[in-house]
Amino acid sequence: MAGTWVYVDHFKGAALPASYEAIAAAKTLGGPVTALVFGEGVEGLAQTAFHYGADEVLLAEDASLADYRAEAYASLLSKLAKEQQPDAMLFPTSTRGREIAAMAAIDLDSGVLPDVTEISKDGDSIAATHPIYAGKLLSKVTVSAKPALITLRGRAFGKPVADTSRSGNVTKVAAAVAEGDLQTKVVDYATVEGRVSLADAGVIVSGGRGVANNPALTPPAEITDEKEKEIWRAQQGFLMIGELAQAMGAAVGASRAAVDAGYIPYANQVGQTGKVVSPDLYIALGISGAIQHLAGMRTSKVIVAVNKDPDAPIFKMARFGVVGDLYEIVPALTKALKERLSK
Amino acid sequence: MKIAVFVKQVPDSAAKLSVDNGAVNWGDAPLVINPWDEYAVEAALQLAEKHNGEVAAISMGGEDAKEALKHALAMGAGSAMLISDAALANADAAAAAKVFAAAVQKLGGVDLAIFGKQAIDSDTGLAPAMTARVLGWPALTMLAAIPALDAGAKTIKVERAIEEGRQVVEGKLPAVLSIVKDYAEPRYPSFMGIRKASKAEIPVWSLADLGISAPESKVRWTEISAPPAREVTSEMVTGANADEIAAKLADLIIAEGVL
Ligand SMILES: Cc1cc2nc3c(=O)[nH]c(=O)nc-3n(C[C@H](O)[C@H](O)[C@H](O)COP(=O)(O)OP(=O)(O)OC[C@H]3O[C@@H](n4cnc5c(N)ncnc54)[C@H](O)[C@@H]3O)c2cc1C
Repeated sequence: MAGTWVYVDHFKGAALPASYEAIAAAKTLGGPVTALVFGEGVEGLAQTAFHYGADEVLLAEDASLADYRAEAYASLLSKLAKEQQPDAMLFPTSTRGREIAAMAAIDLDSGVLPDVTEISKDGDSIAATHPIYAGKLLSKVTVSAKPALITLRGRAFGKPVADTSRSGNVTKVAAAVAEGDLQTKVVDYATVEGRVSLADAGVIVSGGRGVANNPALTPPAEITDEKEKEIWRAQQGFLMIGELAQAMGAAVGASRAAVDAGYIPYANQVGQTGKVVSPDLYIALGISGAIQHLAGMRTSKVIVAVNKDPDAPIFKMARFGVVGDLYEIVPALTKALKERLSK
Repeated sequence: MKIAVFVKQVPDSAAKLSVDNGAVNWGDAPLVINPWDEYAVEAALQLAEKHNGEVAAISMGGEDAKEALKHALAMGAGSAMLISDAALANADAAAAAKVFAAAVQKLGGVDLAIFGKQAIDSDTGLAPAMTARVLGWPALTMLAAIPALDAGAKTIKVERAIEEGRQVVEGKLPAVLSIVKDYAEPRYPSFMGIRKASKAEIPVWSLADLGISAPESKVRWTEISAPPAREVTSEMVTGANADEIAAKLADLIIAEGVL
């Protein structure tokens, strides 16, 4: 029996935390855990995989794997799985994990259980919980073929503990597809302004349309257009929210209304058509709590809401609520938290 | 250039959902085109306009999925077809991908098969990469921009929105694409478009028409349930002024042990 495989997802050698969550989750299924590390100059990741519980590592280092490419990675994964026949393969739910799992399922004539929040052994197979309709419902799913391909939602499986005394056997494997046979080429990377890793964030502070609502802020004279003035005000507000976020080491999120109005990039959007997040602490500022927003953050551990309107639906979800103007509460809260957290 | 764009009919994102006898119930909420697919249709139309192409919208589902196709037609798609077959009732993502690939083959001469990022009902996001794999085409997913496309030389350059920023990739056509929100705001259907769409006869393809038998589904749904109700005891924090409220709130947050 070849046990459970875990695909260690990384970007330029930096692993997504969810990769190690997946190794820890694989341990709970019993049987040996093999981590797969593909790339170039990524041997260090193999050691970290052992620290988090892998028993063995399959390491593929090749120039053709230096940049992630779905075809190259999926082909290698499928080839190895055909040879060694693992029972299950786990991936973090990321753009990469989801897509390699999808391709491998076609190659291996199996199925994918995507973005699951729970897994458990069910006789000879694995049962998983997949939130559907943005988490408004839960579906229990299983795969009738082997290997079962399962992508795990980040932060749904708890934080794994590293044991730096652990080590194991690294087996080197070769790439499956020659460079000349690949149909794509990575030519560049660009960082995006306001890039945020909402999925991994333990604390998120989000702003909504209410962030634009501070008549006391006077835009510079050269801004004459009313819409531009509103955006300028909101951006000042998001700077203020950024300071609160910084005080807690938090990521900044937003409602769709704030994104659509041009206050903040789409990468920050939380909700049904943005990111679905599940931090330990979610602070909603000037967000009414529309069903599509709630779908994206309802599983957060502690929710705090600040809103002028005592009837805002967000308060029904909130552990702590403040009826008030965010422009008064946020700076005071930043100060209060800084004082307490510096002690 | 020939473009196939895939759309799905889903319950409105504002729908309140419940489970009745093991089936999803969305009450009287309307069915709409999957919001992510509107970006796919927009991208298909923009590419067709630029490269003198034609856009065919394809949906898989029951009779009501014709409404999603009509939305695509009203936005400007040139033709539409529905894949409908009782044997597809419990198709998983891989089975659906095999059907989508067969539809692309049946259309013939397709350069681009375009999808939205995922469907807001089943939330799998697997269709684009799976369909690409069945076809043996490159999968260029999560596209925020398509800076270059040469229909003659059959090459494409794309910007993928990945967790870490943007990855710029060059590939060959034919290819499968998936589109994200950064690409462009979807256009509203025009009045003329809506009129044209309302009169359109949408052909229905069965699996036999596609020349395939029902692909086997490996994923089984054993149960659908409502998530446990969120047990919150809400506490409103009040005080004489902002500083007092903030101090209390800061203490409460810290006491929760989440910082
Ligand atoms: C297909 C579809 C998908 C969608 N997907 C998403 C999604 O992914 N994410 C999402 O968020 N939404 C989504 N929506 C939109 C959603 O329906 C709401 O329109 C949106 O969430 C509202 O954002 P908001 O709460 O910021 O704005 P509003 O609803 O306008 O609320 C603003 C709030 O700010 C408060 N306020 C104003 N000024 C202040 C102040 N100075 N201090 C404190 N409070 C103040 C107000 O009382 C109000 O409650 C979607 C909608 C559709 C149709």
